[in-house]
Amino acid sequence: MEKRATFSSTTIGLLFVLPMLVLMFVFFYWPSGQALYWAFTLEQPWGGGNTWVGLQNFRQLLADPYYWGAIGRSLVFGLGSTTIAMGLALVLALFTDRELRGHKAYRSVFIWPYAIAAPALGLAFRFILAPEAGFLSLINQVWPGLWNPALDGKDAMIAVIVAFSWKYIGYNFIFFLSALQSIPRSLTEAAAMDGSGPLRRMWDIQLPLLTPTLFFLLVINITESFQDSFGIIDIMTQGGPARATELMVYKIYFDGFKGLDYSGAAAQSIILMLLVILLTIVQFRFIERRVHYK
Amino acid sequence: MNAKLSSAFGTFAVAALLAGPAAADKTKIDFWFGNSGDIAKRVQEQCDRFNASQTDYEVVCTSQGTYDASLQNTIAAFRAGQQPTIAQVSDAGTLDIMLSGAYYPANKLMTDMGYTVDWTDYFPGIANYYATSKGEMYSFPFNSSTALLYWNKDAFAKIGKDHAPKTWEEAAADFKALKAAGYACPLAFNISRDEVWQLGEQFMAVHGEPMATKRNGFEGLDAELTFNKGKWVQFVKDLKGWYDNGEAVIKSKETGQTFIEAFANGDCQVILTSVGDHGNIGRTAKEGVNWDVAMLPVYEGTDRKSSFVGGASLWVLNGKSEPEYKAAAAFFDFIAKPEEALTWSTVTGYIPVRNSGFKYLNEQGFYDKAPYKGREHAIASLTASSAEDPAPQGIRLGGLLQIRQEISNGLQSIFVNNEDVQTALDQSAERGNQILRRFEQTYQGKTLP
Repeated sequence: MEKRATFSSTTIGLLFVLPMLVLMFVFFYWPSGQALYWAFTLEQPWGGGNTWVGLQNFRQLLADPYYWGAIGRSLVFGLGSTTIAMGLALVLALFTDRELRGHKAYRSVFIWPYAIAAPALGLAFRFILAPEAGFLSLINQVWPGLWNPALDGKDAMIAVIVAFSWKYIGYNFIFFLSALQSIPRSLTEAAAMDGSGPLRRMWDIQLPLLTPTLFFLLVINITESFQDSFGIIDIMTQGGPARATELMVYKIYFDGFKGLDYSGAAAQSIILMLLVILLTIVQFRFIERRVHYK
Repeated sequence: MNAKLSSAFGTFAVAALLAGPAAADKTKIDFWFGNSGDIAKRVQEQCDRFNASQTDYEVVCTSQGTYDASLQNTIAAFRAGQQPTIAQVSDAGTLDIMLSGAYYPANKLMTDMGYTVDWTDYFPGIANYYATSKGEMYSFPFNSSTALLYWNKDAFAKIGKDHAPKTWEEAAADFKALKAAGYACPLAFNISRDEVWQLGEQFMAVHGEPMATKRNGFEGLDAELTFNKGKWVQFVKDLKGWYDNGEAVIKSKETGQTFIEAFANGDCQVILTSVGDHGNIGRTAKEGVNWDVAMLPVYEGTDRKSSFVGGASLWVLNGKSEPEYKAAAAFFDFIAKPEEALTWSTVTGYIPVRNSGFKYLNEQGFYDKAPYKGREHAIASLTASSAEDPAPQGIRLGGLLQIRQEISNGLQSIFVNNEDVQTALDQSAERGNQILRRFEQTYQGKTLP
């Protein structure tokens, strides 16, 4: 009989996972529980106590037309940045996969933007996109007043979407590239021998085989665009002009960290969490059907 | 759960203390502040001077980057039982800490530690801003400033003027003349959250107009905003008029150049900003830019009142030991010295907060010398009316930063989206009132000291 090292009880197993469980509890469940509790109270910032207010925080938020505006803008931002970040990353990955000139350099360079902290990124883009002093001021010299994110809400939204997408293009690129490289060469070679050009091969072979990666990145990008944008917004627009870039997550950051309204921020976090969960469910329910894992 | 965790933190702290090197004979205390860059360096120098001046205490000064971050970190540390002894809290955070009971009142601290402080030596405008409704000082005014009008003398000479506008009517005529003389940007301003205080709060202060009922909130948490009902509405309309005529231009980081940079560069001829920028503009002004400062203009027929102080004050937090409080008191005693006021005002743009300091600076001829000349206008502005004046002496509103954001949103919708001035300001006030009611409910059952 084969000799096996077995543990007689689950205790030892549990002991091994205990540190991880403690970590998860302390850094995930405990703060989440705290936020959930605060969302139903009015918490004094210095810890002097709180009062239970039931659903008041949620009622106030949902009755506020500007909060709904922030939800709408978050969706626009999420869709816009995901489309750009995934679209461009895919094109770049397809090119790199075809081993165009310099593909080795791209492979390592394109991941860099992801490593840049959001505030630094915001600072750089604020300069690049400034209407009077940045690179884009050239546009204004040709068509005066065409580009002004400081005073035009639409331009400001475009500016933050561009900055955010730029960061995630690199991240998406790496996933796309590795997925492309795992597609068996024999498939594309066979197609090439049958006379299909590069575009046809991309469309009929590579893209269908990429769907699991596409789906994964879609979920990640949408989620991140709802959560990771406040640093860029804070540096580039502070939610302005006239609320044009006030996204849900920036409002949480501002109300909680600057305004010391912990309970309001907690309630907003819960709403944001529910929205992200909902979006993820929708994606799994309706989009995953079209994904072929095999 | 909370109590358990903080006691766990406490145990940890004790353990850390015991494990540390054998207690030195010096008492060490922490001082957290929010200034950064050059000002942070100056604060650090002040701490070093204190540490060198005696052998009993050592203050460890740590910059937390910004006022907001400093307050956040202090609160988080306080809730975990790891707070510094001294914390800097800006004007916007004053009310929250005042209601928290998390502090050792400054006046009590100094009495308990055997120091006599002449609280009347503080400029009333500065003291009243941070004092309780009964006039007691719970914190020490620290870095203090107020808004001034900066004007380009050469540009004004071109339109035949040798002085800054004293009234807004005069200013309007000047802007028009400057525009006609070919200047592209007579007045530069910004309407972001952090730049509306000089346009709004200071305007209402010098006009003696309340921003909210209950003396701007000093007499109760049930105050309501009234900035949408007074002269300020007219000012916003005028400003919008200048803006539409190209006589006033929005300059911000987002457009590529802040209004301060635009002024220092000679691109814009008038700005309203803190006296704290006086040093900065002096250092960065383009060669040949000939400028000066003046008090904020008022509308004709206005009885000028004191402007409000901006900046931050120092709070002593609860839960520290007797020796640590002794050290804190010694530190406050040290920075109150007139010589410290001189050094502080020399290296920063901030003004002395006490009469004695101001007198000392005057005696030393500080305000006659070129780079510092003009800063005395800030004192004149802060002391324009007497301390007994019935006009509000400061702002004590909950969620002040959020209210500023609402005002900023209102102004942005006026200037960017051409919304009606009265409608937009009414809406800002209404939304601000919701913030105040929420704040009042959060501190239900607490009374304003």
